[in-house]
Amino acid sequence: MSGVIESILSDFGSAAGRGVVVDSPPGAGKSTLVVRAARTLAEAGERLMVVAQTNEQVDDLIDRLATAAPNLAIGRLSASTYVPAQRVVKHGTVTVSGAVSDMNASAVTIGTAAKWATVTDGSWERAIVDEAYQMRSDMLLRVAGRFSRALFVGDPGQLDPFSVVAVERWAGLSWDPMQSAVAVLLRHNPDLPVHRLPVSWRLPPSAASVVSAAFYPFTPFEAGTKPADRRLEFSARALGGDHGLDATLETARRTGWALHELPARHTVRTDREAVAAIADLVTRLLQRGPVAYSEHAPDGRPVTVDRVAVGAAHRDQVAAIRQALAGTVAADVTVDTANRLQGREYDVTVILHPLSGRRDASAFHLEAGRLCVLASRHRHACVVVARAGIAELLDTHPSAEPVHLNVPVRFPDGWEANQAMLAHLSGDH
Amino acid sequence: MDPLVDRLDRIRGTVAPRNHNARTIAALTSNPGCGRRGLMDAAGVNKGAVAGQLGFPAGFGQSRFAIARGNAFEAQVKADGAAELLQLLRDRLGLAIPEVAYDDLSNVGGNASREVRYARTKALLARAASERDDAGTLFDHPMLRLEIAGYYAYLEPDLIAFRAGGKFHVVEIKSFAVIDGQADPGKTAAAATQSAVYVMAMRELLAELGHPPESVSHDVVLVCPENFANRPTATLVDVRKQLTVLRRQLSRLTRLESILDALPAGLSFDLAYDSDQQATRPADELRKAVSTIDARYSPDCLGTCEMAFFCRDESAGSTSALGRSVRDDLGGVESIGTVLGLARGTLTPGAGQEEIAGLLRFAHKLRTECLDGIG
Amino acid sequence: MSILTALARAEAVESGRAQPLTTVRHTHVAERPLVLVPLSLAGEAAAPLAAIVGTDPGEPRLLVVANPRDRTQRFDFVAELARVVLSYVDGCARSVDTGAGGTKLRYAEAPQVIVPNRGGVEFVRLLGRSTRFRRPFGPYPVHRTVPILGQWLTFLRERADHPGSSMLLAMTSVLSEHWATGQSGLEDANLAALLGWIDPPGDLDGAGAAALAEDPLRSPPAGPSTDPTFDNEILAPALAAVARSIDDFARERALAALTAAVADQMRPTWDLTWQAVRLLRTRPAGASVETRWAMDRDVFTMYHMALAEGTALPQPRRDSAVAAAGRLDRLEREQARYDAQRALDDPLVMAEFRLSGEAFTGTVVAASPNRVDTSGKKAALRPHITVQTDDPVRLEPGAHLVSPARLAQQATVVSVSSVDVVLELSKGMGRSTKQPAPGSVPEVGDRVTYGPVTDAYQPPGRFPSRDDTPWTHGGPPPVIEYHASDNDAVEDWS
Repeated sequence: MSGVIESILSDFGSAAGRGVVVDSPPGAGKSTLVVRAARTLAEAGERLMVVAQTNEQVDDLIDRLATAAPNLAIGRLSASTYVPAQRVVKHGTVTVSGAVSDMNASAVTIGTAAKWATVTDGSWERAIVDEAYQMRSDMLLRVAGRFSRALFVGDPGQLDPFSVVAVERWAGLSWDPMQSAVAVLLRHNPDLPVHRLPVSWRLPPSAASVVSAAFYPFTPFEAGTKPADRRLEFSARALGGDHGLDATLETARRTGWALHELPARHTVRTDREAVAAIADLVTRLLQRGPVAYSEHAPDGRPVTVDRVAVGAAHRDQVAAIRQALAGTVAADVTVDTANRLQGREYDVTVILHPLSGRRDASAFHLEAGRLCVLASRHRHACVVVARAGIAELLDTHPSAEPVHLNVPVRFPDGWEANQAMLAHLSGDH
Repeated sequence: MDPLVDRLDRIRGTVAPRNHNARTIAALTSNPGCGRRGLMDAAGVNKGAVAGQLGFPAGFGQSRFAIARGNAFEAQVKADGAAELLQLLRDRLGLAIPEVAYDDLSNVGGNASREVRYARTKALLARAASERDDAGTLFDHPMLRLEIAGYYAYLEPDLIAFRAGGKFHVVEIKSFAVIDGQADPGKTAAAATQSAVYVMAMRELLAELGHPPESVSHDVVLVCPENFANRPTATLVDVRKQLTVLRRQLSRLTRLESILDALPAGLSFDLAYDSDQQATRPADELRKAVSTIDARYSPDCLGTCEMAFFCRDESAGSTSALGRSVRDDLGGVESIGTVLGLARGTLTPGAGQEEIAGLLRFAHKLRTECLDGIG
Repeated sequence: MSILTALARAEAVESGRAQPLTTVRHTHVAERPLVLVPLSLAGEAAAPLAAIVGTDPGEPRLLVVANPRDRTQRFDFVAELARVVLSYVDGCARSVDTGAGGTKLRYAEAPQVIVPNRGGVEFVRLLGRSTRFRRPFGPYPVHRTVPILGQWLTFLRERADHPGSSMLLAMTSVLSEHWATGQSGLEDANLAALLGWIDPPGDLDGAGAAALAEDPLRSPPAGPSTDPTFDNEILAPALAAVARSIDDFARERALAALTAAVADQMRPTWDLTWQAVRLLRTRPAGASVETRWAMDRDVFTMYHMALAEGTALPQPRRDSAVAAAGRLDRLEREQARYDAQRALDDPLVMAEFRLSGEAFTGTVVAASPNRVDTSGKKAALRPHITVQTDDPVRLEPGAHLVSPARLAQQATVVSVSSVDVVLELSKGMGRSTKQPAPGSVPEVGDRVTYGPVTDAYQPPGRFPSRDDTPWTHGGPPPVIEYHASDNDAVEDWS
């Protein structure tokens, strides 16, 4: 790990290029890299700007950086509506302000891209752009004038940025504002060095191989841990209740994956039975007193509500699942869409397969990044809830996608990635 | 004889199988879930003739202006040993192409059979592929073939294959315009899929000669008129995705056993042509035969399949007729009557319909409430 | 699509008539729109064959190109079209809106060009692109109005991308937004079939009318693509007859025959488009339609004046990085606003949110209008209301809502039970910190709707200037590639 970081920092530190891109598969130590790079540069006396995409990401980053470098003066650039998070204000070294002029004493200034886009003067020699694949290129256009050179870090396998506006006007342009920041950056600067973090420290070996093959076919990565390093145990025995649930949880515990299959049926999006199954699985999981053994906690750490998440494709599904969990022991479990789960990490996840119950798959449902995000948030196990019949659905999917000239083909293809993922889930473990 | 091929022959009847071309092969990917279409295509049935006999003729006419324009543009690009094309490949794609020969493979002398022309194409490509440096030859009208459900489909592309950097490239000449770098995405997609068929056929040919698939590039060269001029422009189109889809759909065609097993033994779509080449098969009988295989109609079929108007008529009253997304939104409820019955509460939801019934009832209430008193 | 639309389609199948998807009309219909039905020659990128155009349904103006491949004839056609369109556009700039207020000048009218379908919009784009770079001097000079028409067509086509703009309308799109037919969305692209469902002729039902509409002999396509059979059997001989004619007399006769043939193809579409205009006019306009049309008029006013003064912004072939980003920012803000306004103007659009549990309608059963929140630095008036509702609400505490009846007021969800929702209100209650202005807080017994959309103004984003295009986006573009050059004129027309 440190070898890769050294070479990235050396590339970034050299006077040669204007930028360095670092592709980081899920849990490959992106945050570690960002904190390390920020610290190194700041300690060398450079004034540094850091761009993240959401307030949550900014706050996480500040907390990590301030913890790692307790003497570093950090500026938290924020909108007027921002309410400082506890994990930010607890560090006395952090200045929170909406004006960049208040940050003159800060060695590192951190803010969201949206906030940085409102800054009209001042310039920084170096910048770190975090989650750069989630950033739309028009946002990069708005902030790029503030820095001379930048380190772009992100996960190419996650969801592409999108727009509510559907126009084809810019298709094929190298600066298409709907493309990701990295895509546009590299089309204009094809010679920039692109590094890859080759090891996932989050995903267990059971997941790293599957996720790598399905979603990163040309840039494989490995798990940083050995199978023996990660273990999930239940401290409460399965007594009574639904055997199906326990069987699924047992498979997930043992193999890191489980497909909880419901009878084939075309359903509305908020499939009541699937929602109920998810609620039952999550509450059952918590009732079983799961304990996670890992390299960080060799003696085990209880998997509490904050270490479990539920993911789905649509907001109405999320709302239905939250409603189903309300009043249960799992009421405080994070339930969110793939978009909002990007960059997050849990011990165990339960996900509703985007194609579950669909008769016809839309491009939205097939998008590789969506399934990738959902299937790569866990350190120990992931339970996929789905109606039977996804294989047939994929088989009968018509391929009628329009083709735009001069738009690079994006891999992996959602259709293929879904096939690969499904093949693994329905195979024997 | 292969029993599958034999069975398909009997289903097709007395006429020869319809010859596939890149367009019909590309069309196989447009609705792969349709058993009816899959079977008819695999058996080489003339779907247009069957639809006509059923009383639902398909309107896939082509304007003579479009045809003339296409021919004129192609002739222009290929004129003088494809001089304009070579210039483009050099200028626009930056390909280092030495002085090259132009070989029109349709000139085999006399009226050579497809097999003979295929053999000649193969021999010439074999020679080009084995030359270490770039052979520098443009091949026009090569004869290629692909195996489709037991039969060889011969493809006579109006295309040129050329070799550069040790790789063959497929060139597709189309007469739709590229304006300021953009072309109609639907037409481009169709061109990309058709080119993928050629790439696949060329790869098969070269594979027989022991060359790896990469010897044919997945980047095809699309040549179109630029802006409003007659001058051609060339764009590289990456057809890897189209190749994957094609490969999968072609392999499905030979997995027809499950469909065939469920069909009556004597099933045939023969149109019983009389000596005057008039179809005499009674429409009712033919309708019964066609209806034994389930179709998967969706309105998109209207633009791609000759049987579509028949299938649309057949699916009247079904939610499929309203479009894929409508059907999907309705959680798989198949009949429009059921949708309305559930919405109005006159129908008791069946097993698994409770949730969509609840939503439909609420939707019905909302519509009634909002539209009350509005004409 | 949604379950509401799907249900409406099912109802349409059963009743044999299209069913409304809205309670009001969300598109402005001008007093004097210009209807344009274009036809192009098959196989060409943008070779006009004929057009029928005008502002009066009884007085269609018919323009025909006798040889669509001939450059001179093509531009003669464009010049003729320019005369009609430019006089219409200038006519819209004749009077000033006196109620506009402020110092801003706004014309009382703006052009509204209506084409039958999406293909017509694309035709406008291509014709605009192929004419705006032409010049009245140099090689292949054109009439001076040709490039001006090109600029206006390009302007109109670009407006059509703006959500809520009504300056260039594809009639099929407008109708589809307002009615659900008993056929698929794909089939709705056929104007005659779509209108057959909405307003079937005689005693036909929708399905019967749509079936007739699919027969190109009875119902010619609405263009710009022609029916291949028409091309092969009627148009080709007619064009050939013109080309063959040996003298003026023969030519005259051949031209008349050609004109009659294409007129037969276009006239039904012309009539249908006007029928649709009349139909739309019978629907009451939504509350925000006028605001959006005022925006259209503002944009028109600015462009018209800028063209006259020679200060109009260029219309390059493709957007630069900065222009593209700025335009997307604007389109996104307009889309959000348009979506919000439609929901706030129309309970049937809001019903989509109610169906998904993001909005609800109910009756106020408790209210504490004088509730004051003293937890902050300053005491603030924060009334609570309890709304009883049967809607399946899927909202969480903290969600911000707006009521169509009180746009300036923000409601925050305090709690949700299976029968009611408690909301905390802020803003829009007058100046007092103790007493809300009369009527500003819903009273017990009031029927109220709350939804998740707001049409509050969103400020535009900030973008670098063109000259400051950053290195990440290729740096500043070399030169403004606006000025037409001889190269444009030389483009060898097919």
